[in-house]
Amino acid sequence: MAIVEDTRTAPVRSPFDALCAILERHHHNPAKLIPILQEIQHEYKYLPEDVLAYTAVALGLSPAQVYGVASFYAHFTLKPKGKYQVRLCDGTACHVKGTPPILAAVREALELPDGRDTTPDMLFTVETVSCLGACGLAPAMVINDEVHGLLTPDKAVELIDTIREREGVL
Amino acid sequence: MEEQFVNIDGKPVLIEGEKNLLELIRKAGVDIPTFCYHSELSAYGACRLCIVDIEGMGIVTSCSTLPRGGMVVKTYTPEIRETRKMTVELLLADHDMRCPTCGKNGTCQLQALARRMGIRDIRFKPTRKPLPVDNSTFSLVRDPNRCVLCGDCVRVCAEIQGIGAIDFANRGAQVTVTPAFGKNLDEVDCVYCGQCARVCPTGAITPKSEVEAVWNDIHDAKKTVVAQIAPAVRVAVGEAFGLEPGTVATGKLVAALRAIGFDKVYDTSFTADLTIFEEAGEFLQRFASGEDMPQFTSCCPAWVKFAEQNCPDLLENLSSCKSPQQMFGALAKDVLPSDLNVEREQLSVVSIMPCTAKKYEAKLGKFERKGMPDVDHVLTTQELARMIVEAGIDFNLLEPDSLDMPFGFKTGAGVLFGASGGVSEAVLRYAVETVEGRKPASIDFHAVRGAAGIREATVELGGKPLRLAVVHGLANAKAVVEKVRSGESNYDFIEVMACPGGCINGAGQPVYSDSKVRDKRTAGIYAADKQLDVHCSQENPYIHRTYAEVLGEVGGDTAHRLLHTGYQNRRRLNHAEMALHQGEHTDRVNVTVCVGTSCHVKGAQKLLSKLIRYVGDKNWGQYVDIKATFCMEACDRGPTVNVAGIEINHCTMDKATEVLDAEVGKLLATVEVRAGKAGYVTLQDFEKQTAAGILRFLETLSQDKGCAGCQPGPNGCGCEH
Amino acid sequence: MIAETCDLESVAQCYDKAAKACTRRIIICAGTGCVANGSLRVHSAFVRAIRERGLAVDTVLRAEGEGFDDAEAKTLVTKSGCQGFCQMGPLVSVEPDGILYCRVKPEDVAEIVEQTLILQEPVERLLYTDQTTGRHCHGTNDIDFYARQRRTVLKECGTLDPENIREYIGHGGYKAAQKAYTEMTDEQVCRELIDSGLRGRGGGGFPTGKKWDLTRIQPKGKKYIICNGDEGDPGAFMDRSVMEGNPHSVLEGMMIAARAVGADEGYIYVRAEYPLAVERVRKAVDDALAMGILGDDLFGTGESLYLHVMEGAGAFVCGEETALMSSIEGKRGMPSPKPPFPAQSGLWGKPTVINNVETLASVPLILRNGAAWFRSVGTQTSPGTKTFALTGHVVNTGLIEVPFGTTLREIIYNIGGGITDQEGVVLEDGFKAVQIGGPSGGCLTKDHLDLPLDFDSLRSVGAMVGSGGLVAMNNKTCMVKIARFFMQFTQNESCGKCVPCREGTKQMLALLDDIIEGRATKETLDLLERLARTVQRASLCGLGKTAPSPVLSTLRHFREEYEAHVFEKRCPTGNCKDLADFRILAGTCMGCGKCLAACPVGAISGEARQPHTIDTGKCIKCGACLATCTWNAVVRG
Repeated sequence: MAIVEDTRTAPVRSPFDALCAILERHHHNPAKLIPILQEIQHEYKYLPEDVLAYTAVALGLSPAQVYGVASFYAHFTLKPKGKYQVRLCDGTACHVKGTPPILAAVREALELPDGRDTTPDMLFTVETVSCLGACGLAPAMVINDEVHGLLTPDKAVELIDTIREREGVL
Repeated sequence: MEEQFVNIDGKPVLIEGEKNLLELIRKAGVDIPTFCYHSELSAYGACRLCIVDIEGMGIVTSCSTLPRGGMVVKTYTPEIRETRKMTVELLLADHDMRCPTCGKNGTCQLQALARRMGIRDIRFKPTRKPLPVDNSTFSLVRDPNRCVLCGDCVRVCAEIQGIGAIDFANRGAQVTVTPAFGKNLDEVDCVYCGQCARVCPTGAITPKSEVEAVWNDIHDAKKTVVAQIAPAVRVAVGEAFGLEPGTVATGKLVAALRAIGFDKVYDTSFTADLTIFEEAGEFLQRFASGEDMPQFTSCCPAWVKFAEQNCPDLLENLSSCKSPQQMFGALAKDVLPSDLNVEREQLSVVSIMPCTAKKYEAKLGKFERKGMPDVDHVLTTQELARMIVEAGIDFNLLEPDSLDMPFGFKTGAGVLFGASGGVSEAVLRYAVETVEGRKPASIDFHAVRGAAGIREATVELGGKPLRLAVVHGLANAKAVVEKVRSGESNYDFIEVMACPGGCINGAGQPVYSDSKVRDKRTAGIYAADKQLDVHCSQENPYIHRTYAEVLGEVGGDTAHRLLHTGYQNRRRLNHAEMALHQGEHTDRVNVTVCVGTSCHVKGAQKLLSKLIRYVGDKNWGQYVDIKATFCMEACDRGPTVNVAGIEINHCTMDKATEVLDAEVGKLLATVEVRAGKAGYVTLQDFEKQTAAGILRFLETLSQDKGCAGCQPGPNGCGCEH
Repeated sequence: MIAETCDLESVAQCYDKAAKACTRRIIICAGTGCVANGSLRVHSAFVRAIRERGLAVDTVLRAEGEGFDDAEAKTLVTKSGCQGFCQMGPLVSVEPDGILYCRVKPEDVAEIVEQTLILQEPVERLLYTDQTTGRHCHGTNDIDFYARQRRTVLKECGTLDPENIREYIGHGGYKAAQKAYTEMTDEQVCRELIDSGLRGRGGGGFPTGKKWDLTRIQPKGKKYIICNGDEGDPGAFMDRSVMEGNPHSVLEGMMIAARAVGADEGYIYVRAEYPLAVERVRKAVDDALAMGILGDDLFGTGESLYLHVMEGAGAFVCGEETALMSSIEGKRGMPSPKPPFPAQSGLWGKPTVINNVETLASVPLILRNGAAWFRSVGTQTSPGTKTFALTGHVVNTGLIEVPFGTTLREIIYNIGGGITDQEGVVLEDGFKAVQIGGPSGGCLTKDHLDLPLDFDSLRSVGAMVGSGGLVAMNNKTCMVKIARFFMQFTQNESCGKCVPCREGTKQMLALLDDIIEGRATKETLDLLERLARTVQRASLCGLGKTAPSPVLSTLRHFREEYEAHVFEKRCPTGNCKDLADFRILAGTCMGCGKCLAACPVGAISGEARQPHTIDTGKCIKCGACLATCTWNAVVRG
């Protein structure tokens, strides 16, 4: 290993600094717990236990209470999720137009066994959501922030395969 | 104001300030069942059992309805019956129904209600998936499979104790009550007061039983087993045998213990008297010098643990006296072997306590001498009652027996310890006479008695005002601590008991549902004081003899060795660390920064950020690990940073970098010697490593890449994908 | 930055001048549905194409001082909120021509520019074609889907640029708020609302004016106003459309509400699944603050109002007002018993008004046009219009707005264009039911096609307006399965606090599974009904109390379908796999023996080259025979 000159003067920004910045932005106000957790999740992609413990200490809340809030809301995840979050709408409109076979097809394509929602390569997480409000396009699915509507099982698998190709795993 | 009536099942009932309809209906003599209603806690409205039918409103929960004049209420209509029955059935379908082996068998409200509703058949399918039982502490057993999710425990812990060690987690059918992150109780800031167990209507949280261990000692022919009975036990044990709460049953209790097979039966009130000598002595010294004021009491182990976790700045203010239980243990283990002609190893000291935290206290390492605990086992009142029943003893037929001397002799002051305010009163009875050389006009100090959560009193002592605060419930203690910290209050002496009402309302006492029980037990304590011939600790002849023969002077060396102790800072959350950066090299310098509450307040966060940046600026990324930890238990000396095993207190950036420079210097020297040249990484690499390290740590679950979910971009972890 | 008090009149004049400088306006729907179909690409294609054609184009209406320039005729290309006809998206309107183009792709844009902008002719192939008459419809007035609606609350959603506060002001926006603050007393505002008869659009239908008045009469001091944008009913998206399409109307409604009750702080709680709504509402609040419309000294009155936008975190139960307040306070979103009502003790124990998005968006219209105007449409007890999200098996899905009292027939057949099969083909006489009001509502059947829909008529037949989801179902739909679907939803979304809802919904689901999977007996059905009534009676909050509605309502209207499942072990629509019998068609079976070999339980018998048969007593319905048969001789049903 060689000695390499430091060419940068900007300070290192660690995720810890980001966490502190989030807490400061909300003035360490415990009433802002939910927006704080949303921002932490945005930063870390999920809510790590130790970060939650730190947040509890910093907000003067009991860690059990913070855990209670984090585990109550569906949007918070205490486990790391895949790079691509596939959320299949299972609202009424989508359901009657056939979400279940699409879900089955997607899960089969990704070889997800029962009880697992994330692929071992951490590329995909597959979930259903109650309603995306895109009922006019039922059945619909969101991959990260992009909405795809009027799906069939084949179309859905095609979308997944496109991503897998792009990621070089197919 | 005009009198207002509610018509309940056809009868007018006068409203007398009841805070809800439920209380009014109960006053009218109708027993409305509830799980989630507790008069001392906020209304929760979840169990839906207290429903009633109000004309014009329909079916509502009575716990959340204000009584209004003219209301017409029906408490038992066919609809209510069907609804209640089905609600209980629904709960049973979700319940671990192995009732015979449950700690609450016989005192469980769900069981009682099923019996009362005549439920013979559960039409619903069992739905519960078994969850692991938390057996981690010496005090409590948490069995989520028996939980009805009424939340009483959650609210008592948050509202009364101000801790929130447990809370609801998850949602819907997955809801559980759990410590943070699903950890066990021994890993979080639970103080083992057991109030959660006291209010639990089922067997979801119960005191941990030591009955088996005690029977083993009793049945071990080589062992001499002695009992000490805490003050509060005598006014409650009778409840387990149908006696009125508050009945002073000391004599029968002694007889029962002998019948069970205890060799000697003593009284913790004796060491309570002894505590007064030591604690009041300690106090009078501080009172005179003004140092380490105010003085907090230390007899309640739940309060002590709370203080160790939350008040690192005030530990010097805690009385250094051991609790009466531990004073007894220490004295017994030193004195009784020769008195009773038994080897120390063969002497078993068993406490009969109203308390679950006492079980934890007895197991503390600092109360172990010569490899043996001073107190071997702690039985709660409940456990003892169970042993009496198990042995087939008819408690009510027992002839009262007397305690063994010398440790069975106590004064009324020693008994007062059982109720909130008792320690203060006992101290006053002692201090006034000691300081002023005369007996106080009245030995009853009514100012410190009562039920209010925080009571204040000022008593003239030697021409100086002595300002007392009597606190029960740790949320109240927290409030008083804040007042002391802010200087808003200038108390001299503060008595803290964790349980509302003091020890008489401890979690180990017989289970009750009638809210008047607490007051009756308190009355029992004051009655017990009255029944005795002597009321001031200084009048206990055996205490004087003990000083003369064993302890020497009050507050002297021997007394200190046996009767006093120290306190430590204690972390609130175990096994929690935040790995912020991990170096790659095989040899690394470990840097740990405490970010516990106390250090956090003192600016640990900025220090940590600066240190991370410093290591980056120095290009030492691969040689340094940086972690944040949630308490190094040096809270009074924070911020605390540990560099390569060297603990730096009152740490500043200069102090930290001084040690860090030296340690990294040493490391680099050896690396250079081995490799012949120094290896550095770029700042950019360091940044990547820091972020990657964090994710790697946070994600021990993931088998493959640590950087799951990272998005490419300026702040992404920058690893392969 | 807090701006000076805003002079609405001069902003409106500026806007007017700027708007007149634009000869044409192309409005591209940028609601979630159209965005998903690529409308943003269409938007940029228009800008590029017009520019390439050498014409002046802009994307924002610019007033003086912002680059306003009336030197040359300009085409304005803007985005709008949801125009409602999501299925036909991306939608493009060309004004003042009154043309609506459907399913526009970026490739079509050059043609539109050439044909419509230059030659003033419509592009026929992109016009909506009426399915029944085959006629090309020129614009919204021509299309039944639009023409038969009465869009008031939604009117500006499809035309205004939701991100431009000046446009809203130019259309008379914030005048009603100004009037409330400067010309009316708090009591008068409440009075006007009570007179209008406006009832809460979020579900319960409680009179809005009364709710305000209850809060107004609380002692002076801190009060809050909350906009409930946690629209969670599956199959409902009207609140999202309003927040995305006309966020300022919601803000103005909140200002009027704040004036009426004396609140100086408010929250807009938006469901997290609606990122675009969050973004637009945030921008609206920031813009209003920057223009001095929100903040201190409102309209020079010395009053102030600050609004915060809070994003939900994914909990349906937070649509319940006490749970929503818990959530704002940073806690688990669990409801608490009422009383106390929010009007007495709400957010942080202070008097609080919570209104739904659509309700608030109606408020400025009432103040602008008067209570009598509002009462002139709708029914006696339910005045005004209501938006519905029309979805499911209908030809035209999308967001509609009709007066209360409109019949289901009008909605399904005239606006919705009729019932379709699974593939979207129109079915004559295919109507079976609609689910109205989402998981809290009930179903309506053929018998109700001519029922004028309003709060009270729906309640009388065991349904409810709810948030206004209308899911149409064709006759291939199994109503037991639909009930199960809703049960699954409420069971998942139960907060877990009270026993009847937490345990009851779980057990109801199990009982429905027994019915669907063929394990049910008469007792199952009886227990299901009793349990449903218990959950309805005893649950703590609205979610629990209404959770059994779909079950009770389907039991009421489709009991024979339940009975077929229970007593005959038959699903009349053939949807329930476990109840379907497998049969071998004797005429088609070649007797190859493949199915006989595949059957794991030996339920198939038959000689070689002779038709085989299935012993239904032995059959476990695994479907192995169906999968192996190469002759299509095995059928289910």
